[in-house]
Amino acid sequence: MSFPWAKEYKPQNPVMQWLDSRLPLPRFVFNAVGAGYPVPRNLNYFWNFGVLSGAALGIQIITGIILAMHFAANGAIAFDSVEHIMRDVNSGWLLRYAHANGASMFFIVVYLHIFRGLFYGSYKAPREMVWLLGLVIFLLMMATAFMGYVLPWGQMSFWGAKVITGLFGAIPLVGEPIQTWLLGGFAPDNAALNRFFSLHYLLPFVIAGVIILHIWALHIPGSSNPTGVEVKSEQDTVPFHPYYTAKDGFGLGVFLIVFAILLFFAPNYLGHPDNYIPANPMSTPAHIVPEWYFWPFYAILRAFTVDFLFIPAKLLGVIAMFASILLLFFLPWLDNSPVRSGHYRPLFRQFFWVLCVDVLILGYCGGAPAAEPFVMISQVAAAYYFAHFLIILPIISKIEKPAPLPASITEAVLAKQA
Amino acid sequence: MVRLIAAIVGLFFSGWLLVSAVLGGTAYISEPPAATAESLFHKHPKEVEFSFEGPLGKYDRAQLQRGFQVYKEVCSACHGLAQVAFRDLQQIGYSEGAVKKIAADWPNQIASIDPATGEAATRKALPTDKIAGPYPNDVAARAANNNALPPDLSLIAKARHEGPAYLYSLLSGYEAQPAELLKQFPEAKTPNGLHYNPYFATLNLAMPQPLTSDGQVTYADGNPKPTVDQMSKDVAAFLTWAAEPKLENRHRTGLGVLIFLLMATGLAFMSYKSIWADKKH
Ligand code: HEC
Ligand code: HEM
Repeated sequence: MSFPWAKEYKPQNPVMQWLDSRLPLPRFVFNAVGAGYPVPRNLNYFWNFGVLSGAALGIQIITGIILAMHFAANGAIAFDSVEHIMRDVNSGWLLRYAHANGASMFFIVVYLHIFRGLFYGSYKAPREMVWLLGLVIFLLMMATAFMGYVLPWGQMSFWGAKVITGLFGAIPLVGEPIQTWLLGGFAPDNAALNRFFSLHYLLPFVIAGVIILHIWALHIPGSSNPTGVEVKSEQDTVPFHPYYTAKDGFGLGVFLIVFAILLFFAPNYLGHPDNYIPANPMSTPAHIVPEWYFWPFYAILRAFTVDFLFIPAKLLGVIAMFASILLLFFLPWLDNSPVRSGHYRPLFRQFFWVLCVDVLILGYCGGAPAAEPFVMISQVAAAYYFAHFLIILPIISKIEKPAPLPASITEAVLAKQA
Repeated sequence: MVRLIAAIVGLFFSGWLLVSAVLGGTAYISEPPAATAESLFHKHPKEVEFSFEGPLGKYDRAQLQRGFQVYKEVCSACHGLAQVAFRDLQQIGYSEGAVKKIAADWPNQIASIDPATGEAATRKALPTDKIAGPYPNDVAARAANNNALPPDLSLIAKARHEGPAYLYSLLSGYEAQPAELLKQFPEAKTPNGLHYNPYFATLNLAMPQPLTSDGQVTYADGNPKPTVDQMSKDVAAFLTWAAEPKLENRHRTGLGVLIFLLMATGLAFMSYKSIWADKKH
């Protein structure tokens, strides 16, 4: 489906005509990311991050497949095989640093992509399915990155795996057997390392599949835009190619510049020094912390310090951590204001910025040692996080008086130009 | 219905978190955590400059060779360098012949088997061998070091925060335990067999001060003077190279990549602007 004015694919070349009548793959691409997909003309740079997330996945898959040719998923030699990649494999250092920092870049652009959706109300009808599939991708990414971090088999790999699988151990009665089953033993060892490697190789391709669904679902209503007003006529849109291919090309250049600075000049800045110490089950690191992109969730996990009646604090923390992501699946029904864009929602906008600061505070506390005053701060910040989505947003969408919306995208564009 | 359930769940989570924060907060304010010897006397690494710092930094070959000499003559008595092969030393300016000799003369021999009898034996190291430490296994290493394990040093410069500065500070930072510390925390007196060093996380470590006096190592050309400070700096630089031997290649490649990307992105920006020139947006 698309707008009636979408350009039609009309191959001139007889070979392409022949192909089109047998396997219309070029037509599919033309309609998906070519001139056949009409897009609102007023998208700002925040609409670049979807394409950039796809580029980041591509970089991870290519560097990952080559790393896998040299990596040995065996507890006795995994650490040394990564050092072998760093020292002896041709450009191995480049591949490995690109893959490790590529994961960080991936999360940076995905987080910006998600917060774009939160501000502009992209999760609302008729795009709920796009939002839900996006969250599935996010969950798969977190699983992939967690298992990837275990592979180099350093101290943080080992203890991270132990702590995270230990979360399942908090489930009453069946927790311990589940943890043992997940790890294939009582503690992370060869069995765990091998299955994590197998899944770490598999999941990115599952992500690629869900991305296709994500874009398919997006192309039913078409992209939203900063005004949140739906497309009304042909003059509201431009064809994706060449307009947005050119803009995304520029965006990709900026992305690669930031990536290159990180990769070539500060490749260990976002990593933890302890992961250059080989895994040692007998020696617990002073502070076990996951990679930075998990810090806000780690802070929520550790914020529960007091048992509630018969529910132990640890179990509450685990439930809350999963809930903090799962609640996003209900967002389209929690916020039922008819206005999408934060530009026209004066009250919503203020709370949106509070949420941004709140998540940054949670992230900071998640990376800090589990001691006061950080615990106290993360408790208040986590309380706001839940209140924001579960209580404040539904209330705002009831009481807020939105600003007047422009009649159309074109009118908004012309008003801005005048 | 969704909103009702959400509100209940939200009230529960937020409410319980706020209760926990108040409980934790009052405990924290009424009984602030007591100062410890570590919290008061632990020092951050000293300020020090190295040639390899910054986006275009390079190793100083002469310094790396001096550092290797310190490692060879002092540290290798206890620490191995198991990720580094002798032949890698060619990268810091030793000739192929010199590397052969260094390997053959290395005191820590390589485990092997006697080709005639098949019995366990040892042989001289070859340039392709990794630089072995003195102990056949961790148990032997602990037995010889008061139950402490001297870590392999191949990656130590990346395995500590501010690695190079930390190594320099640790090696040049041994001192007598401050009287002030003993007065405030009599129970924190350095135990027998450990040594006080304010740069070490727990203030006391099992390694006796390895670089004790100026001139402990004789530098080939006598220049710079092998003071404890200078030797510490040189061996810190050498261990940084051991942990990150591809640093110069990385800096050089990065510069080229950045120049290319800046130009390509500039062109992409211009084509973006020209394609959109007639479209208000
Ligand atoms: C007499 C044996 C011995 C010698 C010689 C020696 N070390 Fe050590 N080293 C040790 C032991 C034992 C430890 C473990 C200390 C501990 O964990 O308390 C250690 C630990 C270290 C550490 C780790 C400190 C930390 O942060 O955990 C570094 C770095 C180090 N040595 C560097 C050196 C260097 C450089 C030299 C040569 C200048 C050297 N050592 C010489 C025995 C030695
Ligand atoms: C969703 C995309 C991906 C993400 C987010 C991701 C993330 C990660 C992370 C965080 C690490 C640890 C890096 C380190 O500290 O060394 C890692 C390691 C690794 N990954 Fe991936 N990865 C992805 C895709 C892939 C793919 C497609 C492959 C190929 C099959 C792959 C193969 C590897 C290998 C072999 C390692 C171990 C080597 C190393 O530690 O550098 N990854 N990954």
